[in-house]
Amino acid sequence: MNKTLSPSFWWAISDTWVMAKRSIMHIIRSLDQVASLILFPVMFMLLNRYVLGGAIHTGNIDYANYLFAGILVQTLAFGANTTTINIAADLKEGIVDRFRSLPMANSALVTGHIAADLVRNIISGIIIIAIGFAVGFRPNADFREWLMVIGLALLFTLAISWLSAILGLVVKSLEAAQWMGFVVIFPLTFISSAFVPTSTMPAGLRAFAVNQPLTHVINALRSWLVGTPMGDNAWLAVVWCIAIIIISVPLTTWLFKRRASR
Amino acid sequence: MSSDDAISVKGLYKSYGDLKVLRGIDFNVKRGTVLALLGPNGAGKTTTIRILSTLLAPDSGQALVNGYDVVKQDGEARGSIGLTGQYAAVDGYLTGEENLFMIGRLYRLSKAEATSRTQELLKQFDLVKASKRVVKTYSGGMRRRLDLAMSLIASPPIIFLDEPTTGLDPRSRLAMWGMIEKLVQGGTTILLTTQYMDEADRLANEIVVIDDGQVIAEGTADQLKAKVGADRLELTISEKSDFAAAQKALASKQLKSDLERRILSLATKAGVGELKQMLQRLEAAKIEVESIELRRPTLDDVFLSLTGHGATKTKAKGAKK
Repeated sequence: MNKTLSPSFWWAISDTWVMAKRSIMHIIRSLDQVASLILFPVMFMLLNRYVLGGAIHTGNIDYANYLFAGILVQTLAFGANTTTINIAADLKEGIVDRFRSLPMANSALVTGHIAADLVRNIISGIIIIAIGFAVGFRPNADFREWLMVIGLALLFTLAISWLSAILGLVVKSLEAAQWMGFVVIFPLTFISSAFVPTSTMPAGLRAFAVNQPLTHVINALRSWLVGTPMGDNAWLAVVWCIAIIIISVPLTTWLFKRRASR
Repeated sequence: MSSDDAISVKGLYKSYGDLKVLRGIDFNVKRGTVLALLGPNGAGKTTTIRILSTLLAPDSGQALVNGYDVVKQDGEARGSIGLTGQYAAVDGYLTGEENLFMIGRLYRLSKAEATSRTQELLKQFDLVKASKRVVKTYSGGMRRRLDLAMSLIASPPIIFLDEPTTGLDPRSRLAMWGMIEKLVQGGTTILLTTQYMDEADRLANEIVVIDDGQVIAEGTADQLKAKVGADRLELTISEKSDFAAAQKALASKQLKSDLERRILSLATKAGVGELKQMLQRLEAAKIEVESIELRRPTLDDVFLSLTGHGATKTKAKGAKK
């Protein structure tokens, strides 16, 4: 029998792949979940574009173009909420005990969910871009800028997925996991440059909005996509994402051990 | 631990805050045998299994599984065990086949091995027809069968079964017993927990009775039954009015009386000789006996006499130790 007992690096990769395949099967077998996840950003895009958009002044840039980067980031953030829900769901079932009693890498359960999140967010990213085009989004990005957009979007997905994993390990119930997404993602996206320019916000709120990571990510994406000024946003966005990942990974491992061994 | 022990447990303690769940558990399981942990709800059975399957660290004490310390060599220990918990640990979104293959790969079987073991187990557990269906659509019995199959996929030498038949209908229960017996014939060591005396009686070579986190008795089913007092002779006296006289005629400390049902019962060793003597005494006292029954003690009797009170906890057994 093929049993390498000290889990080597390659086995950890293999375990993560097996677990990611499991999570991806979950996506395929519950497409309604993906649909409902993308429903919110689509709704927001349409409401903002057609209901509020006329009253929002974004300078010399068309609102449909302004809005898109914000909607894209919101989509990715909602997508990551699935990690919170799925980890909370796994912990509720006996299946986590089964996984933990196997000679597999313990981290694979969480990393598998996160890998699946990447896949899910790529799918919903493509859908939201298509819908964006349909409502008047006209980017002027060249090939290199598109690559930067894709790269940052994936890095941001990783960062927010790890954060969502922490939430999934902390919440006590599935309902809480579901609400956690809204309670965290709504304020974070609204108090940012996602839907309106931060310059119109009251001072205190603006101070938070301009300095929080979502704003940097949104501004950087917007700059690449439609040519708004970049400033320091690109490198700040990357630093924020990497910092979040560096802190979240060990924290997740620690929380998982603590949570599961009760 | 002698080398023919597959599992060795010594002085296991575990508390959750003030709640002492395990208060010093010891037992050994010989290779290729079945040991049943018998006890009521909350006795500490599941906690013991969780410690042995490396899911939970004990506060103190040592547990060796296949020779590996479950705390210091948890990876090696996990490679030697299969766990079937109280609730079917299956993935509802995957098919039966996918579930088995996934667990096989996580046990680090090669793809070819995982595939062939999956097909073998689907056949063995009568799940071939349902193999392409998502598990959400399975019945309770099917989920349990799949669950057990999943813990067997890497043919581990030791299997833990935590209340394997709780919640199963009688037919599924019998089928599960049959599968467990087959495993033992194949040389697997099994540690199972149960609340059912008949289950322990039928499956286990050795029974460890635990209550309130302590071992209160251990031995084979026969040894445990012998502890309660061997067979009992039950005499039903014809007339209630004769009952007191009958008690006097038999005059024994061990005599148990049940006036309501007119039954006198007495532990007996030899049987026939003793029976003759008793009947002669009753005849001499002109007391008529309606019926005679020789009752062998069941494990339920054992349990009742050991814990004092069936499945409900009493304070008495602390003193018994």
